Amino acid sequence: MSAVLFFLAAIGAISGAVGVVMLRNPFYSVLALVGHLASLAVLFLLLRAEFVAAVQVVVYAGAVMVLYVFVVAYVGGEGDSIGERLRGPLHVGSGLRLGGAVLVGGLLVELLIALLGTGLEAVSGYGAGYSPGPRTYGTPAYIGRLLLTRFLLAFEIASFLLLIAAVGAVVLARRRRGLDEDEGGEPLIGVDLLRRGEIGTMAEGVGRRPS
Amino acid sequence: MSIAWYLAVSAIVFALGALGVITRRNPLVVLLCLELMLNGGNLALIAFSRMWGNGDGQILALIVMTVAACEVCIGLGMVVAIHRRRLPIDLDELRELQG
Repeated sequence: MSAVLFFLAAIGAISGAVGVVMLRNPFYSVLALVGHLASLAVLFLLLRAEFVAAVQVVVYAGAVMVLYVFVVAYVGGEGDSIGERLRGPLHVGSGLRLGGAVLVGGLLVELLIALLGTGLEAVSGYGAGYSPGPRTYGTPAYIGRLLLTRFLLAFEIASFLLLIAAVGAVVLARRRRGLDEDEGGEPLIGVDLLRRGEIGTMAEGVGRRPS
Repeated sequence: MSIAWYLAVSAIVFALGALGVITRRNPLVVLLCLELMLNGGNLALIAFSRMWGNGDGQILALIVMTVAACEVCIGLGMVVAIHRRRLPIDLDELRELQG
């Protein structure tokens, strides 16, 4: 059971990786990466890392990949899009829809196993001993205890890193239209003497000053 | 399954990701291949964590996921900024800093 599941997940992970590297259309590369991440979450489950597997499915295959899909759709890849395929001939579209439903079902089952945790009792394996319970290896309680005691500093640094990345992404991707000429208005506070006009304010972002 | 099998899969995934980073020219696909490399590292971390029976590797894997999310955030922001300035989305064309 364990060996069969391992080989299935490993083949899925490696073929997903090959798909990411080889496929021409970036959209299909993103979809291949989603498959790769789901297979990798199965491998994490086999290694008794239930919490990490759940995070992998929810955060990685969910949130981060949605961001990728949005940017690929915004920037636009070459070749035919999946939307055209869906509107195209009926058999191709229904096949894609069926594949989507199967993928969603697989992700749901994987997530349920990760959350219930004890579903893998029957799977044998090497390594340290394992007995399901509230405070054993790999469960959310165990990870949370470690994060808030031994690895508190790493946890806080990671939160700062996320904050900086969010601010940086907003600054990088914002719209820079600049302002009209006509630098009117008197400086109200000392900071206004140091910067020109409304640089760095929301007024610059939308391209017109508040009236 | 012994831990060596997991490490083999991790090495293959990492090598495929490195191959993609070197060969592909679309920055979006290069970012995806960076994700592959980080995931290969994560798998090795969790396999070693399982081998020793303590959770340090899992915590490190979670931190790696956080760093990967930040990297995606900044990288995609840069791709959007490149697209806004009507520059070509091609890493071979973007070499103003090369001198």
